[in-house]
Amino acid sequence: MARSKNRMSNEINAGSMADIAFLLLIFFLVTTTIASDKGILNFLPPKQDPNVPPPDIQKNERNIFNVLINANNDLLVEGEYRRKAEGLDEEFKAFILNFGAPDEEAAALFNSLPAELKAEAQKRSNSSDHPGEAVISIKTNRGTSYAVFLEVFDLAKKAYFEIYGKRVGLSAEEYRALTGDDEASKALQDKGKEGIPMAISIAEPDKIGGN
Amino acid sequence: MAKFKKERKGQEQINTSALPDIIFMLLFFFMVTTVLREQDILVEQKIPQSTQLQKLQNKTLISYIFIGKPKNTGLYGSEPRVQANDVLIGTGEIVQWVNQERDKLAEADRGSITISMKVDKDVKMGPISDVQTELRNADARKVLYASIGKIYED
Repeated sequence: MARSKNRMSNEINAGSMADIAFLLLIFFLVTTTIASDKGILNFLPPKQDPNVPPPDIQKNERNIFNVLINANNDLLVEGEYRRKAEGLDEEFKAFILNFGAPDEEAAALFNSLPAELKAEAQKRSNSSDHPGEAVISIKTNRGTSYAVFLEVFDLAKKAYFEIYGKRVGLSAEEYRALTGDDEASKALQDKGKEGIPMAISIAEPDKIGGN
Repeated sequence: MAKFKKERKGQEQINTSALPDIIFMLLFFFMVTTVLREQDILVEQKIPQSTQLQKLQNKTLISYIFIGKPKNTGLYGSEPRVQANDVLIGTGEIVQWVNQERDKLAEADRGSITISMKVDKDVKMGPISDVQTELRNADARKVLYASIGKIYED
């Protein structure tokens, strides 16, 4: 009996270790937030010089896919009224990959696309000439809700990412997850983008329904 | 058989010596996955959902700007306001703020500063466009619309 007591006193009592760790754990739980640095990337156009008039860009109407969102959050897509943004991504895709009047370079691009994307080309005369020319334009009012704008912008990005992904044999999610840090993922990224620039234009909102 | 019986008698309590290790593991998980809360958010933040999220690699390049209705409407009014660092600022001060943030970065990184716009769902496009115009003036053109993953309801 005496011997076993002696042995106990030789060990450090680690029973309160769990309590100490718990205390630290609770401290960190309370004082921290999980970092969420996710979002939708956008590059703003450069600052406009007031002395230089904005460049007059001559672009065929068919090469611009117009989406207007008014202060009531209704949409006007290519002159057509609608309530919801759902399904716009498919229309964006059809517009980008229309290949209505491809020049030589664009014809080469078309031939390099996988069959799945070739099948998307409708070659309509009233839609975009080729992906290099196609621009998606999103215009809002000052009173438009940010959530609706972001939804449309999100769908436009989705259309592009799906095209890029399909070109390199990935899903849109996998393509988005490419970091471009190492050679292999950079090469995949560039291969997806090549010849199909992400052209999403966000027009300055006009002064309706806001302040 | 006699040996076996003896062992069972000794193990009447559950062995808790591994408990600290488990707790420490949890502790380290939380320490690694979280960042210390740096500032109080003075505006409402209901971040919108979207699907095409991208993650930024270099977190040091990000500066945060918060836009939303002030939480303390008695003091700041109910119109959407812009918060940078700890204070609510007017749109005119954004250029100065961006320059301050840029000065904090290493010289080589100053061109690639990214502004993460954490905008409340209920804000209208007007104030956002004003902020973006100021960001263009400050030549901080890389913008991240902070957003969380969409949860589908079927």
